[in-house]
Amino acid sequence: MKKILLNFLLLSALAATAQETVYPTPKQTGSTVITNTTIHVGNGTVIQNGSIVITDGKIAAVGKDVKIPAGATVVDGQGKQVYPGLILPVANLGLVETPSVRATSDVQELGELNPSIRSIVAYNTDSKIINTLRSSGILLANIVPEGGIISGSSSVVQLDAWNWEDAAYKTDGGIHFRMPALIARPRGFGGFGGGGAAQQPAVDVVKQGLEQVDRMKSFFREAQAYNSVATPEETNLKFAAVKGLFEKKQKLYVHANTVKQMLVALDFVKEFNFDVVIVGGSDSWQIADLLKQNNVMVILNQMHSLPTLGDDDIDQPFKTPAMLQKAGVVFAINDEDGQTRGRNLAYNAGTAATYGLDKEAALQAITLNAAKTLGVADKTGSIEVGKDANIIISTGDIMDMKTSTVTDAFIQGRKINLDDKQKQLNERYKHKLGIKSPF
Amino acid sequence: MRKKECLALVLGVMLSCSRLWAQPTFPENGIADPRHGHYAFTNATIVKDASTTLSNATMVIKDGKIISVTAGGKVPAGAVEINCTGKYLYPSFVDIYADYGTSLPQRPPGAGGFNFAQQPQLATATKGAYGWNQAIKSDADAFRVFAVDDAKAKTLRESGFGTVLSHVRDGIARGTGTLVSLANDKENMVILKDRASAHYSFNKGTSSQSYPSSLMGSIALLRQTYLDAQWYKTKPAQEGLNLTLQAWNDEQGLPQIFEGGDKWNNLRADKIGDEFGVQYIIKAGGNEYQRIKEMAATKATFIVPMNYPQAMDVEDPNDARLVSVTDMKHWELAPTNPAAFEKAGIPFCLTTADLRDVKSFMTSLRTAFNHGLTETAAMNALTKTPATVLGVYDQVGSLDAGKWANFLITSGPVFAANTTIFQNWVQGTKYSIKDDSWKDPKGTYKVVLNTPTGPVNYTLDFKSNTAASLIGSKDTVTSKFYYDGRQVRINVAPERRGGQNLNLSGIVNDNSWSGFGTDSAGNSFTWTAVYDQPGVQKVDSARKRPTAPLGKVTFPFEPYGWEEGAAPKQETILIRNATVWTNEKEGVLQGADVLIRGGKIASVGKGLSDAGARVIDGTGKHVTAGIIDEHSHIAAASINEGGQSVTSEVRIADNIAPDDINIYRQLSGGVTSSHILHGSANVIGGQTQMIKLRWGANAEDLKFQNWPGQIKFALGENVKRSPAQAGQNNRYPDTRMGVEQVLVDAFSRAKDYKRGWAEYEANKGKKGTVAPRRDLELDALVEILDNKRFITCHSYVQSEINGAMEVANRMGYKYNTFTHILEGYKVADKMKAHGANASTFSDWWAYKMEVQDAIPYNAAIMHKVGLNVAINSDDAEMARRLNQEAAKIVKYGGVSEEEALKMVTLNPAKMLHVDQYVGSLKAGKDGDVVVWSDNPLSIYAKSLYTIVDGIVYFDRAKDEQLQKQLDAERLRLVKKMNGEKRSGAPVTPPMPTYSIMHTCSDHLHSHGFLTIDADHVQQ
Repeated sequence: MKKILLNFLLLSALAATAQETVYPTPKQTGSTVITNTTIHVGNGTVIQNGSIVITDGKIAAVGKDVKIPAGATVVDGQGKQVYPGLILPVANLGLVETPSVRATSDVQELGELNPSIRSIVAYNTDSKIINTLRSSGILLANIVPEGGIISGSSSVVQLDAWNWEDAAYKTDGGIHFRMPALIARPRGFGGFGGGGAAQQPAVDVVKQGLEQVDRMKSFFREAQAYNSVATPEETNLKFAAVKGLFEKKQKLYVHANTVKQMLVALDFVKEFNFDVVIVGGSDSWQIADLLKQNNVMVILNQMHSLPTLGDDDIDQPFKTPAMLQKAGVVFAINDEDGQTRGRNLAYNAGTAATYGLDKEAALQAITLNAAKTLGVADKTGSIEVGKDANIIISTGDIMDMKTSTVTDAFIQGRKINLDDKQKQLNERYKHKLGIKSPF
Repeated sequence: MRKKECLALVLGVMLSCSRLWAQPTFPENGIADPRHGHYAFTNATIVKDASTTLSNATMVIKDGKIISVTAGGKVPAGAVEINCTGKYLYPSFVDIYADYGTSLPQRPPGAGGFNFAQQPQLATATKGAYGWNQAIKSDADAFRVFAVDDAKAKTLRESGFGTVLSHVRDGIARGTGTLVSLANDKENMVILKDRASAHYSFNKGTSSQSYPSSLMGSIALLRQTYLDAQWYKTKPAQEGLNLTLQAWNDEQGLPQIFEGGDKWNNLRADKIGDEFGVQYIIKAGGNEYQRIKEMAATKATFIVPMNYPQAMDVEDPNDARLVSVTDMKHWELAPTNPAAFEKAGIPFCLTTADLRDVKSFMTSLRTAFNHGLTETAAMNALTKTPATVLGVYDQVGSLDAGKWANFLITSGPVFAANTTIFQNWVQGTKYSIKDDSWKDPKGTYKVVLNTPTGPVNYTLDFKSNTAASLIGSKDTVTSKFYYDGRQVRINVAPERRGGQNLNLSGIVNDNSWSGFGTDSAGNSFTWTAVYDQPGVQKVDSARKRPTAPLGKVTFPFEPYGWEEGAAPKQETILIRNATVWTNEKEGVLQGADVLIRGGKIASVGKGLSDAGARVIDGTGKHVTAGIIDEHSHIAAASINEGGQSVTSEVRIADNIAPDDINIYRQLSGGVTSSHILHGSANVIGGQTQMIKLRWGANAEDLKFQNWPGQIKFALGENVKRSPAQAGQNNRYPDTRMGVEQVLVDAFSRAKDYKRGWAEYEANKGKKGTVAPRRDLELDALVEILDNKRFITCHSYVQSEINGAMEVANRMGYKYNTFTHILEGYKVADKMKAHGANASTFSDWWAYKMEVQDAIPYNAAIMHKVGLNVAINSDDAEMARRLNQEAAKIVKYGGVSEEEALKMVTLNPAKMLHVDQYVGSLKAGKDGDVVVWSDNPLSIYAKSLYTIVDGIVYFDRAKDEQLQKQLDAERLRLVKKMNGEKRSGAPVTPPMPTYSIMHTCSDHLHSHGFLTIDADHVQQ
C-alpha cells in the first residue's frame, strides 16, 4: 500500500503544471524491467511472479526467469497486475472534442461515398480527452470517421505524441462502411400531439437501403477494375483509396447490428473476398456460427447497452461476448459511450466476464483481439517478445472499478506521464478546499 | 361548383330523399307536396331494445316518429302497410364518437412542437377575444360547421347506424358535439340536438402553439383551465372578455366526453375529472383489457372502438425477431377488449371510430362475439347506453312511441352472419340497403308460354340473379338469365335438338312475372311465371374453426410481466449468513442475517430465526439496502414540458407509465426506488415523482408513499437553448444572466401571490373581497417557499450554481439538491453553507461545453467537504449498474467502500427525505433489500434477489424461467401470425417494435438500435 501511495504522491507532485506541459516521452534508450509481478499476457495466459524486459521500445524478454540487462531501470511490480496497453478499437478521439459544439467536430464529411477521407490528418494530439484515456490504461485507439455510407479510412494511433504523424501507428488500416438500416420505421412517431410527423412521406427504408448497398457494390466492382490497371486513364481518388481492400492490406469495417445487415456484410466477403470486420454486432450472437465460418471478426461497439427488444434476455448485451467466444468468433469489445468518451473500456470487458466470459478472454477482447481486428496484432496487443512494449501496470484487476488504478504505462517502451486535466483540476480544488492528498 | 353539377346535385337530393314535411320558412319552388310518412310495419318481430322482443307485432310511424309498437296491432287508417312477415325490426345504432359531417383542419407540418429545430411559438395564433392557449377550443361548436355528407352517411347506415354524435376532433378542449341523424336531409332537420356534449383530449391537435409540448403539460393546462373558468365566473376585470372560458363554463352542464384512447390515459383523464367533480364518458383506445380492473374503478362509461390490429407478415425470421411479443399478443387479444368491458360490468358504448374502414364494423363486431362479447351487450352498447349517457334516450335508442323512427329492417337477428339489413329508416325515411333481397326470389317458378300452338309449361329453377335453368319435358337447360328485381330476361334453347331458341323478357311483380317472348321461328307470344317453392337451401358447410386458447394478459402487459395471480407476494424472508452492508453504525457485518417480515426489515444480526420464513442462503453473498436512483427518467409518458421557461404546474406524477420494461431491468441491477425527474428543458421544470419499482403495479401503486414532493429546476445550456442554431431561440432566457432573472421573477411573483392569498384569507367574508385566481404554477413555487416541496436542480458550472444559491438566499428558498453538479467540487464549501445535497455522475464529462471541467474526483471532493453525495444515473441503462458507478468513487478519490455504497443507497434516501423508510438495513425500515452474488462494488457482482416491501420482484433463477416462457410465447404467436397469413387474411408489413426513451435532453445514451430518444422524435 505504501508504494501505491508513494506513486500517487509522485503523480500529484507532477500535477503542478497544466496538461500543456505534460510532454510526450522521448524514445526509449537502454532497458526497463518490470519485475516480480503478475503478467496478463493478453492471449489468455497469465504469468505469476514474472518479469518483462523492455529494450529499444520492444519487449525483449518475458517470463519467470528473465535475465535483467545491466543498467536497466527497474520497476517493481510486486503486488500489481501488468497488462498489455488497452486498445480502443473504434473512437472519435481527437476528431471530436465537445460533441455539442460543431466547431470542435471533425468527424463527419459531406456525402455518402467518402473512401478517400482519412481520419489521421485531423487527429488532434492535444485533445484533452487523450490523457484521461491513458489514465484508464488505454494506450492505442483506432480513429474512425463517421457519416455517409462509406465514411473513409481509420488509422490506429498511439496516445503519446506531439502530432498526428508521430501518433500514427497503422495508417489507413481500414475503410468504414455504414450499413443502411434495412429495417422499417413507422411513419413518424408522432411525438407529442402528432402534427408534422404524420405528414412524412412513406419511404420504404428497406428498399432504399438495399438500393444504397447496390450502389456501393457497383462502386467496388468499378474500383476493382480500376485498380487492376497499372495506369488508369483518369485519376479517381475514391477508387484508388480502396485499393488496399482488394489486396487485403486494408479491412472493411462494416457497421452493422441486425442480422440482415450482417448478412449483407457477409456478401461482401463472398463477392470481393474482403477482410470484413463487423462493428456494432448487437445481434451477432444470432449468427455466431455463420460469422465464424466466414472468419469475420466482430467489434462489439457498446457492451453497456440495453437489450434490443423488451423480449430479449435482460442481460443479452452482457452475454453476447461469451456466446461469440463459444462459437469461436474473434471479437473485440469497444466503449463508445459519449459521456465518458471510452475511458470505461476495461469495465465493459469486466461485464463480459461477469456474464460468462473467462476473465483472460475478456481481457483479450480489449488487447490482443482488438489488435487483430485492427490488423496490428503483429506489433501489439500482448506482452510477447518482439512486440512493441505497450504495457500498463495497475494496482489491481483492471476490469474492476475499485481496483483499476493505473500507476504506470509504457508506449513503445516509453514511460509516459499519466497526468491529465482531471487530475490537475482535482489537485487545484483540493488545494483550494484544503483537502489533504490522499484522503 | 359548376352550375350544371349543382343542379344535378339538387335534383339528386330531391329525387333520392322524400322529405316528409316542408320547412315552413323555406319557400317552395313548385307545388306543395306535403306528406306524413305514415306507415305500418306489420307481422314483424320487433326488437324494441336489447331485452324486449315482440313477435308478430306492428309498428306505426308518422312524421318521422314512432306512433306505436304493439303486439298484433292494426293498420291505422291512412297508413301504408308494409308487410314484414318473417322480418325483424331493430332500433338503429347510435355512435357517439363520430366526426361525421365535420372536417379536421390540418396543422402545418412541423408546427406546434418544441425542439431545437424550430422556433417555439409562445403565444396563440388564434385571433379574437379568446383564451391564451390555442389548444383550448371550448368555443368550437360542431353544429355550426356540421354539413350533411351523404356518402359518409350511407356507409354508416349500411352498418346499421341511424344517429351519431359528431364533434371536431381537434384540440385539448374541443367544444361541443352535436347529435345528428344520418338522414339525407337539410341540416336544419338532421341536427337532433345542437349542443349535445362537450369534448376533451390530451392531444393539442392543430394547435401550432408550443405549450403544451408534453402529456403532463396537457393535463396541467386542463386543470388550470378548470380553475380559470371557475374564477372567470366572478367576472374579473383584469381578464376582460374571454370567449374561451365563457364557452367552457357554458358547456359544463353537457355530457363530458374525454378521448383517453389508451388504458393509462383513460385513468389520467378520470383523475382530472375526479379533481373537478366531472365524471367523463371516456373514449377508449383498444388496450383496456390489459387493465380492466382499473377501468372499472373509474366508474366511467366507456366508448369502445373495435380497431384490432392486423397480423404482421413475420415469415422472415429476421423480421419476426424485431417484433415484440407485446405487439403480437395485442394483435391476438385486442378482439377481447369489448368482452372485457362486458365481463367487468363496465357500461360501454361501441363506436366505429378508429376502424380502418367503417364497412368492417359488422365483421369486427362478430370478431368480438367470437371473443366473448354477447349480442345483448352489443345491442345495449349500440342503442340504449349511448342514448342514455347523452340524455337522449327519449329520442333514440329503442323502438318506443315518441322516439325518432330510426330503425332497421333485417332478415333475421341483426348480428347473425347471414342476416341482411334490407332497409335503414332514418327519421321516418327509408334508406335501402339491400332492398332487392327483401324477398328472396330464388326458388322454382312455373312458367307458361302462351305460344300460338297452345300453352307450353316449364319449370324455372332460379338460382341467382344471373343463373337459372329451365326444366322442360325432356331436358334441363341452363339459360342466360338476368334478374334485377324489376325486370327479368331469359335466353334459352329449351330443346337441345332443333336449335330452337327462346327469348323471353318480362316485368317482375312480386311473385309473378309476365312478359313477351319470341322464338327462333319468329313467333311472338306472352308468357307468365309464378313462384312455386323455395329452392333447395345449401347447408353452410363452413364450420367454425375451433379457437385455440389465447395468450394470457400479464401485468404489466410487457415481457416479464406477471400473469393474473402469479405476481410475487409479500413473504417473510430470512437471509442467512451473508456479508451485510448495514449502512448504519454497525457497518459491514460478516456472517449475519437479515429478516424481512410484513414488508419491513424485522431485524439485522446474527443467528436470527423465523420458522415460517423463506430462507435464502447468503453464504458467500452480500446483502445491501436497495439502490435508490436520485435522477431517473424511466416509467413516464413524458418528461419535458419545454413550452415555457417556468412550468412548475406540470407533474411527472400525472403521467407515470407503469409498463416500462426498464422497471424490471433496473430491478435486476438492484434498484428499488427511482426519483423520476422532469427534464432540463427549462429553468423551472415540473414536479417530480418518486416511485418504488413494484413491477406490475399501476401508476398509483408505483408511487412512493409518504415522500414529500420535489421539483426539478435547471440551469445552463439546456435552459438557454444552446443547441438551437444562433438566433433561433426566442424563448427567454438566452443567457445565464437571463436564467437568474427568470428565477428572481418567478419567486417575486410567487411571493406576491402568497401575500395575495394571505390577505384574502384574512379578509374573507368582508365586502368586496374576492379570491385571487388560483395559479398552479405559483402554487408549486409557494410550496417551495413554505419548505413543503424540495428542489433538485440540474446544474453544471460554478457561476450558475453560486448564482442560483445567491438568488435562493435573497428570495428565501433553498436548493435541496444540485443534480449533475459536475463542478460541485469547485463550490462544495458554498453548497455546504447553503445546505444543499449533491447528486452527481461518477465519471461523465466532455459531452458538452459546460462539462469541460467535470472530473471523476468530484464526488469524492464533495464528500470530503461534508456534503451528502449521491451518484445518479440519468440513464435507463446505467441505472442498472449504479453499484458499479459507486465503485468508481473508490477509485477516483479513495472514498471507502462503505461510503461509496451509501452514495447509491442511504445518501439519495436522505436527499429525498425518505431515509426514515429506506436506504439502510435497520429494523423498521422498508424491506427493500438486495442479495448480491459478490461484493456489490465489484463489477463481478450480480443481483440475485431484489426485494421491495418484502416482495421478491427480481429473482435471477425465476428470470430464466420467465425468459423461457417468453420464448415459447413468441414461438406460438409467430406461428399463429403466419397461420393467419396462410389463411389468406390480410397482413401488414412487419414493423419492428421501437421504444421511445425519455431523457433529460442532456446527453447521449446507449439503448440499442430500436430505441428512439424522445428528443429526436419529430414533433
